[in-house]
Amino acid sequence: MLCLGQAPKRYWDSQAEAGSKGAGEGQVTERANQRPEKTRRKKIERRGKKLISGKVDPFPGPAPVPKERRQKFERGQKNEVRSLSKGRLKDRLSKTEEKIDLALNQAARSDLLLAEEAGFLVGDEGEDTCTIAQDDIAEAVDITSGAKYFNLSLSQFGPYRIDYTRNGRHLLLGGRLGHVASLDWQSKQLQSEMNVMESVNDVRRVLEGETWLHSENMFAVAQRKWLYIYDNQGVELHCVKKFNDVLRMEFLPYHFLLATASSTGFLQYLDVSVGREVSAICTKNGRLDVMTQNQSNAVVHLGHPTGESETDGTLWSPNQKEPLVKMLCHRGGVRAIAVDKTGTYMVTSGLDRKMKVFDIRSFKPLASYLLPAGATSMTMSQRGLLATCCGDTVQVYKDVCSTPVSRPYMAHHAPGRVWGVQFCPYEDVLGIGHGDGFTSMLVPGAGEANFDALDSNPFRSVKQRQEWEVKALLDKIQPELITLQPSKLGELDTATYQQRHKERVERLGFDPREKEKFEPKLKMKGRSSTGSVQRRKKKIKNEDQRELIKQSLEMKDRADKERKKEEKMTSLGQRSALERFQK
Amino acid sequence: MAKTRKICKTKSGAAVNLLSESVESNRKAVEKTMEEEEELFHTEYAISASEDEAQSDDERKHCKLLEAISSLDGKKRRKLAERSEASTQVSEFTVSAEGAGEKIDLKDLLGTIGPAASSMSSIKKQLNKLQYKNKTLELPLSRQETEKIQRVVAYEKTSKKVTRWDHVVRQNRKAEQLVFPLNQEPGGIKPVEQVVASWKVRTPLELEIFNLLHKNKQPVTDPILTPVEEASLRAMSLEEAKMRRAELQKARALQSYYEARAKRERRIKSKKYHRVLKKAKRKEVLKEFEELRKTNPDAALEELKKMDLSRVEERMSLKHQNSGKWAKSKAIMAKYDDEARKAMQQQLEVNKELTQKLVVPSESEGEEPEEEEEEVLPGFVNEAQPGTDYANPWMQGKLSSDPAELPGEAGGEAEAPALGGAGEESEGEEEEEEDEALLREFEERRRLRKEQEEDILPAEVDKEDAGEEKCEEVEEEDVSEFNSLFQRLVGNKPKTQVAKRAARPPAPQGEGESQEQGKEDSEEREEPPLLDETLTRVQTMEDLEHLEREETLEAEVPEPESTVTGPGTETEEEKPASKAVKRKRKKVIDPEEVLTRQAKVIKVPSAPTAIEDEEGDEEQKMIIKEAFASDDVIADFLKDKQKQTEMSKPKDVDLTLPGWGEWGGVGLKPSKRKRRRFCIKAAPGPPRRDRNLPNVIISEKRDASIAAHQVNDLPFPFSNPTQFERNIRAPIGHNWNTQRTVQKLTAPKVITKMGTIIDPIDEEDLAIDKKPPVKLRIADILLTQEKKGKKNTERKDRRPQNKRRPQKHIDKNQQQKSKKAA
Repeated sequence: MLCLGQAPKRYWDSQAEAGSKGAGEGQVTERANQRPEKTRRKKIERRGKKLISGKVDPFPGPAPVPKERRQKFERGQKNEVRSLSKGRLKDRLSKTEEKIDLALNQAARSDLLLAEEAGFLVGDEGEDTCTIAQDDIAEAVDITSGAKYFNLSLSQFGPYRIDYTRNGRHLLLGGRLGHVASLDWQSKQLQSEMNVMESVNDVRRVLEGETWLHSENMFAVAQRKWLYIYDNQGVELHCVKKFNDVLRMEFLPYHFLLATASSTGFLQYLDVSVGREVSAICTKNGRLDVMTQNQSNAVVHLGHPTGESETDGTLWSPNQKEPLVKMLCHRGGVRAIAVDKTGTYMVTSGLDRKMKVFDIRSFKPLASYLLPAGATSMTMSQRGLLATCCGDTVQVYKDVCSTPVSRPYMAHHAPGRVWGVQFCPYEDVLGIGHGDGFTSMLVPGAGEANFDALDSNPFRSVKQRQEWEVKALLDKIQPELITLQPSKLGELDTATYQQRHKERVERLGFDPREKEKFEPKLKMKGRSSTGSVQRRKKKIKNEDQRELIKQSLEMKDRADKERKKEEKMTSLGQRSALERFQK
Repeated sequence: MAKTRKICKTKSGAAVNLLSESVESNRKAVEKTMEEEEELFHTEYAISASEDEAQSDDERKHCKLLEAISSLDGKKRRKLAERSEASTQVSEFTVSAEGAGEKIDLKDLLGTIGPAASSMSSIKKQLNKLQYKNKTLELPLSRQETEKIQRVVAYEKTSKKVTRWDHVVRQNRKAEQLVFPLNQEPGGIKPVEQVVASWKVRTPLELEIFNLLHKNKQPVTDPILTPVEEASLRAMSLEEAKMRRAELQKARALQSYYEARAKRERRIKSKKYHRVLKKAKRKEVLKEFEELRKTNPDAALEELKKMDLSRVEERMSLKHQNSGKWAKSKAIMAKYDDEARKAMQQQLEVNKELTQKLVVPSESEGEEPEEEEEEVLPGFVNEAQPGTDYANPWMQGKLSSDPAELPGEAGGEAEAPALGGAGEESEGEEEEEEDEALLREFEERRRLRKEQEEDILPAEVDKEDAGEEKCEEVEEEDVSEFNSLFQRLVGNKPKTQVAKRAARPPAPQGEGESQEQGKEDSEEREEPPLLDETLTRVQTMEDLEHLEREETLEAEVPEPESTVTGPGTETEEEKPASKAVKRKRKKVIDPEEVLTRQAKVIKVPSAPTAIEDEEGDEEQKMIIKEAFASDDVIADFLKDKQKQTEMSKPKDVDLTLPGWGEWGGVGLKPSKRKRRRFCIKAAPGPPRRDRNLPNVIISEKRDASIAAHQVNDLPFPFSNPTQFERNIRAPIGHNWNTQRTVQKLTAPKVITKMGTIIDPIDEEDLAIDKKPPVKLRIADILLTQEKKGKKNTERKDRRPQNKRRPQKHIDKNQQQKSKKAA
């Protein structure tokens, strides 16, 4: 019988050498012709794995990732592993570094899948882009894009505030005189329309879905007195009477928090997933009618006139009763604030007709512009375009934050006085709510070209939305985690134990380490008389303290004894006569 | 006495030993004095005994006297004034209690014997010797102590044994993922090599198959090329391969054609035809011989000799003497059958011919050449191709692709003279003509038959059709067809090749037939393996590489040119760029500047109509000033900031107690000196973030809600906070990573397979795990391959071998290791 226990000898075993020889010869011949080529090839050979056929993979290893693309996903500084001595720490750190590097590379590679590119409007030579009329643009672009420029003339119910959903699909219009309408603005399909028969101050869409499962979409409407929540059919779901006189609202999508600013100077947070008021902060800043959120860290920015307080811009989190940051931006108060998507820049406009740009990582002012008329409302697009409006003009600025700008990128005259502007996410569209209705304006390069379908998908179906709802609720971030620097969560807390304990007691409302107070048992037959109760209490009183003292005394005693014994033992022999006098 | 003490002495500490030594040294001195004393006692004792017996005063007195006398010299003075207590010396039971606490020494016993007994002296000596030998056994240790020692030893042993596992344990602790049960066979598709390795050949059929496979070096497992293919791949470039394939196609076609022809000819039953053919051939040979004689007499002589030899052989044998089986049967038939008779006669004739001693070598040609000639294929089939590459084995001795050569070659065919030999000078023999006529007739007939067949199978005609003359033409046509095909195939670089071929001297054609034949033979020998070959790979990687390189070269070439041609423009372009950069650098906003500088005025082409912007700046300012005249906002803000900073500063602790060491009372303050002395100054806190920002107040209050989620203590292996913070800097969620990465980042540390028994680690694993365990799952391998690449594959290769390592090896290893440890 033939046993094949041994690994069969392969024919390439002997040929590998021959192959390498052959390769060497090839190089020799090549050397005469082209030098650089040879070196290049050698390099490849060194890197690449040899194939059995003797050929060399010309592109060995994984495809390289461009440095700039990698840089996009870089997170912080690397751990210095090399300097460490060999051991468990080094092993662990190096493994983690490897993993992080892998993740980085993979992310950079998958960046390739974001195929859409963004561009801007470019005028002819000598032509200013801001002079190009919307009609011309709409004519020049394709039909679908052209259809995104439209006017809704709703002159009856006064100036409108607007809000787009996070995926940019639906639009909510709130007329000052109580007209509320929600519609799919791209298909121009009206979902619901009603009049709250009350004066409406602000409307804001509460993204679709929350804890109440029977409803599909919901939106909150700040009415004259209370805050109301309706579903997409316009049915009133809640009237939240804890939130009164609300002027402005911001929804923090990842925290499921509805932040409201009221005319009484209160900043309130409502957790819409559980329907609980998270916190109510008295800002002591008077009427709050300027509000925006920083999308990167969910901090709320408020603007107010100076007068009641000495500041005009404040930053808030629901966890602190005092502002995280107080700023003095303008003379005479802030009229509008806008924060860019990355949370890097903040733009404010004040009564002094100035527009200022701040870097809100360091709170340093970057630029200051004087507008012909101060902006009454501002908003920033996903790609950093800034829309300002004053009166009936809407101006769009490009690169306000990074470079000084002298003229707007685009401008448009609304039919009426502008009341609210917002860029539509994932679309090159700026929605303008004005006294005469609503205008959808084309702003090339405004929207993010690539959307994350798992996060906010403009084309999602009902089923997908439901799935997303569940996931979003599971991923909900707790309001305690809102802070100015989210990266702080990844840092080590250096506070002392005492301080932490104090905080813990404050947070819990009781001291978990504290002992329960002794309460004597009730005994019958006169044994629970006051005297006996006191006696029993006395017995227990300070028991642990006594125990401690006893223990320490015992310890001391024992130590003493031992010391004495030792002394005796050692000194007995060599004790001199005089030593007896030693104390 | 010392001895007894020694027995008691334990083997305990060194201190005790020292003590005993000192005792030993003192011992001798002490002994001496003791002995003296004893002697004295003896005498005394003897006296007292006699006293008891005799009770006579005389003796006592005498004794006293003696003592007194003896004490006179002063040397042996004895103090008898002190009286010892009786109880110690004489007990109540009249037994001497002297030395009660001590054991009886040998000396005590020996002393009684006395010096007189000479016979005893030898015993005494012996006993003394015994005494000095000092051989006492040490006491056995107590059970507890022995057990303790045993435990210590056992512990050491076991710990040594256990250290062998250290490596494994460390590895497993280090491993990012452990899959239990350990040493699982990796799931999925195993390489066939592994499967085959453990498989044994059983049946003879399998054996045979394996033998064949191994003999051919056929790769059993890999879908890779065989060595032959490998070699061919290495030898051929793409074009060569193409040419080679074309050649092979051609050769195959020709071969099949000639095979068919030979078969057909063999099938012809007509004896006459064969006879004629044979005759013609013989004649041909003869003619050639004649020629040979003219051109090369030596060769002719050789030929002659050969013929002579055949004659001799014929004479020796009875081959043509009608003595064979066939001849005998013919002889019976010959009576009645004319043909049989003729055949017999013919044979006899042959015999005669062969045995005849010839002066002129003519007819006697052996059968072997004839046979050979029958097999011989036309020369042009195997005609060597004037290949370009001499180093290439495939290009040597190959077919020619030149159609121009063909006619000449066809003329030089072996059969041609028999058919188209009319042009040559002939002897004009009638027989020959007859033969020819006969052959032609046959051909005609066959062609007719063929033509009928053609109607049925028109496609095959070209190859099957083989009339002698017609056949010739067809052949030529076929060949030219092949050649044209070949040319077309080769057509990629026809001109260069052709040119090269032309440059080469054409192969000599007019050489002797023997040479040609030899050549043909050799080629026939070469043919089969060549035809068996199958070509799989058309283009090699090298070619691709070459092409690519060429492309890159082409692409690269113009670039330098452009740089060369337009250096001026380049620099001109560069300058503005650099200027732009400079400008940009200048443009980077300095916050201080911005704060102080006037705001940039933006001109808006479409100014708002609702607000008239005709008002000047100053006017606006005035309005604002008027509006906010009452409050000085900036001053208030700064005040607020001051307050905040004060609040956030760590406060000093004042520990002064009023009234101590000085007067106390209402309205009295402790002195300044005292206050200074008992005030603990707090360390300045960290600098405020807003210290350089005049218009910003950043709250420095600690955010307790965040702190609840932060890590309080530095986790184990990290040595400083930054290390830890950097270690957790990258998110692992699916929102920030690709699916694959998330899976890898969140892979569980331990995976257990459901429903399997997880055995403890085996001794065998110890040997295997000495190398770092390769416990990567398939996905991991794919991911990590980027880095490891080569290593991984090597390990994978090695692993099965390790598994099969016999137990003995392991034992050896262990022994070695334990030795080292020892």
